[in-house]
Amino acid sequence: MKRIIEKVIESLLTISGATTGIVILLIVVFLFREGVGFFSHSDIESGYVLCVNGKNPVDRLTPEQIKRIFDYEIDNWSLAGGNDEAIEPFRMNDLSDYYSDEELGENYEFVPEKLGEIIGGTPGIIAFIPEQYVPGKSEEVKVLSGNKLKPADFFGGENWMPTATPAPQFGLLPLLTGTLWVGLCAILIALPLGLGVAIYLGELANEKIRNLLKPTIELLAGIPSVVYGFFGLVVLVPFIQKAFNLPVGETAFAGSLVLAIMALPTIITVAEDAIRNTPQTMREASLGLGANHWQTIYRVVIPYSISGISAAVVLGIGRAIGETMAVLMVTGNAAVIPRSLFEPVRTIPATIAAELGEAPHGGAHYSALFVLGCILFLITVIISISAELISKKQHQAQ
Amino acid sequence: MNTHLLKQNIAFVIFRILSLIVVGILFWILGFIIYQGAGVISWEFLTGAPANGMTSGGIFPAIVGTLCLIAGSSIIAFPVGILSAIYTSEYAGNGNIVKFIRVMTNNLAGIPSIVFGLFGMSLFVNTLGFGDSIIAGSLTLGLLALPLVIRTTEEALKAIPDSFRTGSLALGATRLQTVHRVTLPMAFPNIITGLILSIGRISGETAPILFTVAAYFLPQLPHSIYDQVMALPYHLYVIAVSGTDLEATRPMAYGTALVLIVIVLVINVSASYLRKKLQKRHA
Repeated sequence: MKRIIEKVIESLLTISGATTGIVILLIVVFLFREGVGFFSHSDIESGYVLCVNGKNPVDRLTPEQIKRIFDYEIDNWSLAGGNDEAIEPFRMNDLSDYYSDEELGENYEFVPEKLGEIIGGTPGIIAFIPEQYVPGKSEEVKVLSGNKLKPADFFGGENWMPTATPAPQFGLLPLLTGTLWVGLCAILIALPLGLGVAIYLGELANEKIRNLLKPTIELLAGIPSVVYGFFGLVVLVPFIQKAFNLPVGETAFAGSLVLAIMALPTIITVAEDAIRNTPQTMREASLGLGANHWQTIYRVVIPYSISGISAAVVLGIGRAIGETMAVLMVTGNAAVIPRSLFEPVRTIPATIAAELGEAPHGGAHYSALFVLGCILFLITVIISISAELISKKQHQAQ
Repeated sequence: MNTHLLKQNIAFVIFRILSLIVVGILFWILGFIIYQGAGVISWEFLTGAPANGMTSGGIFPAIVGTLCLIAGSSIIAFPVGILSAIYTSEYAGNGNIVKFIRVMTNNLAGIPSIVFGLFGMSLFVNTLGFGDSIIAGSLTLGLLALPLVIRTTEEALKAIPDSFRTGSLALGATRLQTVHRVTLPMAFPNIITGLILSIGRISGETAPILFTVAAYFLPQLPHSIYDQVMALPYHLYVIAVSGTDLEATRPMAYGTALVLIVIVLVINVSASYLRKKLQKRHA
């Protein structure tokens, strides 16, 4: 009996041991399952089609072209691969300019017919209409074949406007650059600060000060990110706005500052560990050769622990890139490619947090956010693995 | 020689200043929140529901919601995490499997919380059909806390000298008996500390609960695990950025931030206090 219980418990332990692996597997499966669906969505709003005059030679338009046509930025078909003809964008609410309500029928039953007349009669037209009102088959009307959303447009796109009509824009670049800018600047701020504190803790501080400073840093790590965000919002943002005389204080710089504070505990703890792991004999050898304490630190201790310090930096970047709430609250969330640090930006995690609630389940926007999740996941996995490899190097060196 | 000494002095002064800056930042943040929030805290604030478009009333439903989520995710993360740590440190030896599990745990710890939110929404809310509910939120937060629980428990177990294990085995105890009677009781103080710290982490997380449980405004308390709840961190986010009258909701936001910080600090401090106390008793 005892044997059996023991066996049962042992197999339970084995199963638990595999949990983290299973969870990661599940995360991969579910994120990618929802994300892959993105590329099977049509590139214009679902339930709608684009129609042009039957004589128009254009068969396809990219999402970017569609957007610019309906923004009146492209106004001639020759710019979109067609004849020299002015483009006349047409939306459903323009219909009342042409026909009265009676002519369209009580239940809009004549709408397809009338649309057919308009499209057939206007050579330069491009009409954005619901699928159910598409005029019957005729020579005069051509339905543009809808494209699937293409990875190239996603990864190379410079606009993120997921709710734009007729063609939502899913361009990763503004979000990716926003994320990297904010993350890297945060590290540039946090690194000197964190490294300084790590050296102080590892080399200079006596036991008493260490026992005070370590819990302080742990507390810094324990403060919830939403509190950091709130603090940034009510203190740093107005300060930045005043100090640099900006129209808005919610900028990439504000995000970097908040993230720098949040990445500090990670950097300090990991770097200090690496510094303290330097064998005492190496320090003593250096001091014995007549080097003073500072020379020993920057000629012996830091070179020796450099891979641990790099791991600290990499982990800090990982923490900064994945951080959601604080960044969401202080960076202003404008999805444009940033040109300076003092402009609003939007990061990948902030985009997911801000938009998932509004994106209709199963739509292109919804799956686009899961693609963002996949990208974030891949970035952090790469960061974790490289941090692991870097710190392994140190162990081998020992 | 003098210039070397000068350089050293300059460098060391800089390091001291940097350390002071970091401590200063912490006290600046804490001091600011306490200073602004202390005036808001009252019995009504702690026990009332939000009223008048979040400009008055209290945060009781959010406090209850956060406690529910802490309890729920602890139930999920603690047993699984502790068992997993026992397996890797006591059973699996030092082979490739353990290395693999460790890499997986580290990876899981590095995944951003918003990705957990996405995953939780996809699996628990939609696929399993829990909807926005305490159970979906607890499962998501539990998975988030899992690597932390595993790591701290593993470290606690590893700190036990091997001689205790071999001694127990030599007396004829089985592996399980050794774990149950020797290693676990000895590692208990550090395991508890780790568990409390992971609660601290859970209580402040916002991103994973955005789409799995958190309600914008829900004055009544939850009746079952399939209900939505308000939660402190989400409540703070909501009233900090999306109120109709930001000036009027600011005091509420300061109060909420203070309550949240106090909860987290109490959890952290009690963890280290407990560790010291339990260690003394065992020593």
